[in-house]
Amino acid sequence: MEAVNLLELPVEERKESIYAKGKQKPNLKCDTDSIAGVVSQRACVYCGARVVLNPVTDAVHLVHGPIGCASYTWDIRGALSSGSDLYRFSFSTDLKEHDVIFGGEKKLALAIDELVIKYHPKLVFVYSTCIVGVIGDDLEMVCRVAARKHKIEVIPVQSTGFAGNKSAGYRAACDALLRLIEPKNKKEVKKSKSLNYLGDYNLAGEVWIIKSYLREMDIDMNVAFTGDSSCETLKTAAMASLNIVQCSGSMFYLAGKMEQIYGIPYMNISFLGLEDTAESLRKIARFFDEPETMGKTEKLIEREINAYGDIVRGYREKLRGKKAAVYVGGGFKAISLIKQFREIGIDVVMVGTQTGRQEEYDTINDLVDEGTVVLDDANPAELEQFVLEKGAHLLVGGVKERPLAYKLGIAFIDHNHDRKHPLSGFMGAVNFAEEVYATVCSPVWRFTQVPAAAHDCFAGEADNNETTTA
Amino acid sequence: MRMEQTHCLSVNENQCSMCMPMGAILAFKGVEGSMAIIHGSQGCSTYMRRHIAEHFNEPIDVASSSLNEKGTIYGGEANLRKGLDNAIKLYNPKVVGILTTCLAETIGEDIDRMAADYLEEKGLVDLPVVTVSTPGYGNSHFEGYFLAVKRIVAELVRQSVRHKGINIIVPNISPADIREIKRILKMMRVSYILLPDFSDTLDRALERPYRKMPAGGTKLADIAGMGGAQATIQMGVTVDEAISPGHYLESVFGVPLYNVPVPIGVQNTDLFVSLLKKLTGNPVPGSLEQERGRLLDCMVDSHKYNAYGKSVVFGDPENVYAVACTCLENGISPVVTATGGKGGKLADLLKTRLPDARPSAQVLCETDFSRIREKSREMEANIAIGHSGGRYLTEREGIPLVRYGFPIHDRVGGQRLLSVGYTGTAMLLDRITNTLLENKYRNYRRNIYQQFYYGTIKPAGKGRGEKNELRLQPGAKRE
Repeated sequence: MEAVNLLELPVEERKESIYAKGKQKPNLKCDTDSIAGVVSQRACVYCGARVVLNPVTDAVHLVHGPIGCASYTWDIRGALSSGSDLYRFSFSTDLKEHDVIFGGEKKLALAIDELVIKYHPKLVFVYSTCIVGVIGDDLEMVCRVAARKHKIEVIPVQSTGFAGNKSAGYRAACDALLRLIEPKNKKEVKKSKSLNYLGDYNLAGEVWIIKSYLREMDIDMNVAFTGDSSCETLKTAAMASLNIVQCSGSMFYLAGKMEQIYGIPYMNISFLGLEDTAESLRKIARFFDEPETMGKTEKLIEREINAYGDIVRGYREKLRGKKAAVYVGGGFKAISLIKQFREIGIDVVMVGTQTGRQEEYDTINDLVDEGTVVLDDANPAELEQFVLEKGAHLLVGGVKERPLAYKLGIAFIDHNHDRKHPLSGFMGAVNFAEEVYATVCSPVWRFTQVPAAAHDCFAGEADNNETTTA
Repeated sequence: MRMEQTHCLSVNENQCSMCMPMGAILAFKGVEGSMAIIHGSQGCSTYMRRHIAEHFNEPIDVASSSLNEKGTIYGGEANLRKGLDNAIKLYNPKVVGILTTCLAETIGEDIDRMAADYLEEKGLVDLPVVTVSTPGYGNSHFEGYFLAVKRIVAELVRQSVRHKGINIIVPNISPADIREIKRILKMMRVSYILLPDFSDTLDRALERPYRKMPAGGTKLADIAGMGGAQATIQMGVTVDEAISPGHYLESVFGVPLYNVPVPIGVQNTDLFVSLLKKLTGNPVPGSLEQERGRLLDCMVDSHKYNAYGKSVVFGDPENVYAVACTCLENGISPVVTATGGKGGKLADLLKTRLPDARPSAQVLCETDFSRIREKSREMEANIAIGHSGGRYLTEREGIPLVRYGFPIHDRVGGQRLLSVGYTGTAMLLDRITNTLLENKYRNYRRNIYQQFYYGTIKPAGKGRGEKNELRLQPGAKRE
């Protein structure tokens, strides 16, 4: 086991958010504000809200704020749609100095009017940003007036950037969704043999993969939150008899609320990896508890494992003994990745998240080996230190972490929202193994390890003055 | 030429610009050993880091004062001080840039006073700190970039003895472009100080061990001496005086300013090279003349293909101007030129150039891609030249995109794109011509078939349904 130098942290104050797993389980400090100046990889409240809501396909996503907030989030995610593609447009009220001084409410109201005329949306989400929080525009009022005027849903998203961290944004998004799905008359909601799928954003069609499994099991997917959803489909959410929750970090709050308000029970599932996918499908089938569904589920699992199991096992032989470092957005993803790496013979030697919760870190602690470094809200200096100290062969992360891994000379797995290939379900497990193999076993690493030797190709040969062409 | 300054909509739909601090970060990346800290909420620095990292494929470390609710209500000084503590400890910078955001400006943070107090209390009086006021609602990234360069100059240039060196101030061009400009300067045997030089910091060689603070960037000692230079050549013809570093050096230190366009295109490069010749008295070496000759050869070889080009050029004003000039030299009509910010002097400059092309050419300032798309369709543009936001024009209007500028997120190698000087222009022109050709080859068989074939067959009812009848209908949707 490699030594981990926890005594010499780049920034001492970060001590409580980092530990190496040992016999005693320490309490990890998480879900707090980032420390200034350490170059946290986290974004803001607005970012969290935008991640969750943006896949709602037929909504106008209007960012009430300066140009940057909208510009940096224009069509950057790989969420797919089977219908409208209005969600791929980025709308901004483009607040200027004048608006900051005199208030932006009028401009916002005008903006909504113009967008309604141009696109006839049924639903408008209005995102609040830092300055809106400071200048005190009354989003509620403007949205209420606009909704009445145009007879559509206009929902404010309270995502003022500085008011917490990314998980506060998840919550703001869930609050907006709760407003949207509230039925006009609660008593008339009829339950159906269907479920809502929470915490899947249909990246590279992942919702569709799961929907097709469920269809084979005779279970309807009512609506996914929020991958490939629309105003109309979201409004039927209260009719489902079960909520299954994949990305729990962004959706546990919504699941809890829906249980409380609509009496819909929820279960955490994971469709990442062969094992978790099979187990999750069984769990769902057991909930509906019909022999026919159970039979169909087992048949489906058997067929898929037969199709893909050997391929994944093949990669395991090639990858066994490699070590991975994981730094991702949420706890669910980290937990799934630890299991998924295990499936292909890889140990996770460092694992961290931007927004993991205490109970998720407890699960992580139970899953990892002794000595594995666990950390919350890491920064580049720490990632560099632990990746090197633990001898990781690859890092999992997002766009900002990728060049760091490459500069450190190790492989990288893109596990972010702009990827173009599905990682969910049985076939996704193969994609994952393939991607790990493609990066860990690439021939390029042969050339990067000892750059100094590049010009010594003829070292050791007799110096005989005869020039030969290489 | 029709001018359109600002459109009256209250919505910006699909943005063609970024915010001020983003541009300022890029400027600081070109100063040796510099570390930028953004005074604002955590998201600002993270979004900008992501945006820059995806273009350059480099780790982009930028600190944040991580303002929270408390800091917003009671003032963010404690956060900024802690941020400075940690950033200095982690990165050991030679110079620190403090950039504000919408949030910091709106709550009225006095960063000059805070920085001065901090340095004094910590005994860091020798650490240069450059503050830049960059509210996101103020202006675009373009103004943020030049304002930051100006502030760097204002804070770091010292009164110095006159010397033969020439200041070269570059806009946001690629690291490969900066290297090419340095190569030309070397060929012309010019002693120079180039600012900001991110040719190494944002396009690093793979090396061991990894360094948090990349090597390269304009040296602080060199910047200090810019006030004694013989002249400043600023590639900033569109830049307003208020944010012009060259103008500052001229008015404060009496360094004569030569504002020239980015040397893209034969005329713009001639201007740059002639200026170097005039200022140094050095001759233009034969090898550079050869490069010019090859560019001319390239232009002649391609002119008939380019004659059919109707371009939409968008991005930073300085880059848009140089590329539009290059289009004009080659018979490509820049039917739409556009920039997301105010554009400085871009519109006025284009006014002097565009009439010889098409009277109806559109110049859009403070615009967005919704408007650019509308005008491109109206003007029947058939090639787009600009950053990767232009993929929207390809997807929605079928206009192929030549990627140029910042950011390029959907392809690799934005940092390696070479477009300046005679050789770079030839490479850019080849990319443009080949994109026109590729599009032509993709469509011409079908287009001509649809236009003419139906005139050769018998009218309906006589011999219809013969086995060789093709099923395509006239006017079927073009690719």
